[in-house]
Amino acid sequence: MTEQLVLNYSIAGDDFTKAGEAAADFKTVLKKTGVPPDIIRRAAICMYEGEINMVIHADGGDAEIIIGADKIEIILADRGPGIPDIELAMQEGYTTAPENIRSLGFGAGMGLPNMKRYSDGFDIKSAPGVGTTVKMTIMLPKNRE
Amino acid sequence: MKIREISEILGAEVLCCHELLDTDVHSACGCDLMSDVLAFVKDQSVLLTGLVNLQSIRTADMMDMKCIVFVRGKKPDDAMLNLAVERGIVLLSSPLRMYIACGRLYSAGLAGMSEE
Ligand SMILES: Nc1ncnc2c1ncn2[C@@H]1O[C@H](COP(=O)(O)OP(=O)(O)OP(=O)(O)O)[C@@H](O)[C@H]1O
Ligand SMILES: [Mg+2]
Repeated sequence: MTEQLVLNYSIAGDDFTKAGEAAADFKTVLKKTGVPPDIIRRAAICMYEGEINMVIHADGGDAEIIIGADKIEIILADRGPGIPDIELAMQEGYTTAPENIRSLGFGAGMGLPNMKRYSDGFDIKSAPGVGTTVKMTIMLPKNRE
Repeated sequence: MKIREISEILGAEVLCCHELLDTDVHSACGCDLMSDVLAFVKDQSVLLTGLVNLQSIRTADMMDMKCIVFVRGKKPDDAMLNLAVERGIVLLSSPLRMYIACGRLYSAGLAGMSEE
């Protein structure tokens, strides 16, 4: 597979039951491309965590995924409240999620650290009142089918 | 260990994907916060959880897990069952509490994930 494949998802903010659908679809697409399973898993988790963050913290947003010959790029952009202190938000265990979100299974404060850990390139830009953009790159092995 | 043995050890009801009960599984984790589950990417195949919503199934799917055990007799709704069938994940419901369920599986030889 040498040509690139672009996936676009619009993530709804108000619907927790739909959260993760985009990541699941992305994973299904990746499984058809000959990318090794461990890399598929890492890429899917990055997307899932980012998608959940946009649903929970930013009232939704947009995702663009570019699957190229040598890498996958995941770009998540929202117009949510932004993150005032990114360094703090990146710490394991830091969360602003209220109790009702924890009862839904989120708010461990592990999402952003997980995204950083599982991607080969991670960049986050955020401005309070404007929104947040997260870019993740996952490298692909050479000589794929 | 086969998923079938897990259901027996935990006295669990099999809620879907009976045809996958002979799948082999090698490790498990017990957790209610999904990002904690997602923090250990190595081959975990069973999730024990008290969290009964679509996100527990999505999380298991992201991790390529084969089986979810809902503890304390919790039961998923139809939307969750449909998603689990679609993604090929066996759902079990055990009357045991989390600590006991994990303890029984661990004693029976099902490993957890260690920090290193
Ligand atoms: N897209 C976003 N918009 C605004 N704030 C965000 C966004 N993503 C993350 N944050 C902030 O950063 C904090 C840490 O995010 P992180 O994903 O690590 O943990 P969490 O979402 O709170 O919990 P978990 O991901 O473990 O379920 C969040 O609690 C929130 O305050
Ligand atoms: Mg998060």
